[in-house]
Amino acid sequence: MSTRTTANSVEEPTPKPGRLRRSRPGSSSPSSDGHATASPRRRRLTGDKLLLVALGVPGAVALLMFHYLPLLGNVIAFQDYQPYLGISESDWVGFSNFSFLVDGNPEFLNALKNTLILTVIQVVLVFPIPLVLALVLNSLAGEGLKRTMQSILYLPHFLSWVIVVAIFQQMLGNAGMLNTFLVQHDLPIVHIIGVPELFKGLITSQAIWKDAGWGTIIFLAALSRIDQEQYEAAAVDGASSWQRLVHITLPALKGLFILLLILRLGSSLSVGFEQIILQQGPVGLEASEVLDTWVYNNGILGGNWGMSAAVGLVKSVIGVLLVIGANKLAHVFGERGVYEK
Amino acid sequence: MEDATRPAGTRSRRNRGKRPVWMEKPHPLTQATKAIVLAISVLLVIIPFWSIVATSFADQQTINASAGGMVMWPTGFTLDAYSAVLGGGVVTRAVIISVSITVIGTILSLATTAGLAYWLSRPGAIGAKPVLMLLLGAVLFAPGIIPSYLVVKQLNLLDTFASLILPVLINAFNVIVMRAFFQELPQELFESAAIDGASNATILVKIVLPLSKAVLAVIGLFYAVAYWNAFFNAMLYIQTTDKWPMALVLRTYVVNQTTIGGDQVSAGEALPPQLSLQMATLVIAIVPILILYPFLQRHFAKGVMIGAVKG
Repeated sequence: MSTRTTANSVEEPTPKPGRLRRSRPGSSSPSSDGHATASPRRRRLTGDKLLLVALGVPGAVALLMFHYLPLLGNVIAFQDYQPYLGISESDWVGFSNFSFLVDGNPEFLNALKNTLILTVIQVVLVFPIPLVLALVLNSLAGEGLKRTMQSILYLPHFLSWVIVVAIFQQMLGNAGMLNTFLVQHDLPIVHIIGVPELFKGLITSQAIWKDAGWGTIIFLAALSRIDQEQYEAAAVDGASSWQRLVHITLPALKGLFILLLILRLGSSLSVGFEQIILQQGPVGLEASEVLDTWVYNNGILGGNWGMSAAVGLVKSVIGVLLVIGANKLAHVFGERGVYEK
Repeated sequence: MEDATRPAGTRSRRNRGKRPVWMEKPHPLTQATKAIVLAISVLLVIIPFWSIVATSFADQQTINASAGGMVMWPTGFTLDAYSAVLGGGVVTRAVIISVSITVIGTILSLATTAGLAYWLSRPGAIGAKPVLMLLLGAVLFAPGIIPSYLVVKQLNLLDTFASLILPVLINAFNVIVMRAFFQELPQELFESAAIDGASNATILVKIVLPLSKAVLAVIGLFYAVAYWNAFFNAMLYIQTTDKWPMALVLRTYVVNQTTIGGDQVSAGEALPPQLSLQMATLVIAIVPILILYPFLQRHFAKGVMIGAVKG
């Protein structure tokens, strides 16, 4: 009964299923002929279906409000948006906010350059590491040892970027563990944090530290699906362990690897926003500005709303095109992609 | 799905960790390389944690002994840093705020996600198709920074705790995972219950939820970790220092190394060393994750795989 009361309070326009249920035993009353009994039955079903919708509506509303309503906010990309005027009062300026695309805006080009360099470094360096780690973990015979290793290696994934950045500072900063060690042994200290030239390397090593272990999960799952008899048959035929790796394991993982790679390329324009914004101060914008941080710094901090929204809009559109393109590519390679054909 | 939680499970179950008969003894060099790769990876994770915890318990002498930097081998042990940051002041307030947001946010997220997933999982539900498309669209592209900010501003949510929950209330991917799980439950149960006159709500409460404890646990934990870790939205939407969650306190006092003054913590006449205060704050931010971690670990592989297979 309790569920039905909540139903009434949540969904007002429904024809009150609770009362209908109570009215049904009264079918002996003169007013209820065959038609009348059928009607509440149908209405109860509809009410129940509406109740189902009502259960989902709060979530759907949140989705609309905070995922789709912002899409409308993109109109300020075509405005000289002033926060005190709002969207309705601000002047419309056509495509002038998009001039950064053609006039060689140095800040934009710098942000784009840094973004693409970081993407390339991360694809080349970050990407294969989980695969290697997964192969090593998978070859461990002891189940207990493997579990322990996994537990330790997955852990950094669950720490926030603030914590990861803080940890790196305490390890590699000028007063960090590494330099404390060097000082104690009368060695010159090394400056790693806050050096523009090393910034991209630092970002990449943080990404590796945080997610390389976690990245092994998907490879380990794929490895566990390889039929062990294949290995056995190959070994009986005299294949060495290296040959088994090259001819059985790696081909079995190829599809997954290509899929993950394509997906990563699909998000080429997004590289670690939180991670970078936290560390921009000491290294300066030239080395550290990427598209997302530029949108934030230029728009929300700098008050250059229209243009930043335009950059964000272009970035989202290219991002969607890249994901769709990446999926097409995955389909060409005979993979499933994120969605089916 | 079992395979995901125990990779290579079939082999190990048969042999209990012993090498299969057909496998030759590995070359010592291969073994050594593997051992080194694993040892280095594991140490790279453990050493920072160890050092942070050790430094948070250190007194001034210990820190001086390590040239004012991070401590590896604690000689003096004191809880002063913890009693200072947890006895009142910025960190204590941030802990209370972050814990409240995590608890309330996780409950709301889980309830709305389960409701939405249930709606979309029932065959023939009204309006399910377009909403499912919206959901997939939301997985494919994220709203921009500036439009999201404008929406929160227009709704007068700037500088409120609601701005840390509502914009991230629903994670579309989590809904899809949960819907996939609901769809894999034996549908005959629902049918027979419906024939017996059970309403959709009764089916949800009496059948679906009790059978879905695993997926509720995984998704709840993912939401909880996300709320606890949330930094970007807090940076974007929270302006008053009094409303800072842990992430902003960490950024200011640990990442940016702003000095923690005596009036910002509850210290007696002697303020513990800055480094210990900072590390104690960092440890406090990590501990909830460590507490959740064993639960997370039991379930996350499963959650990840449901998403990967059905997503």
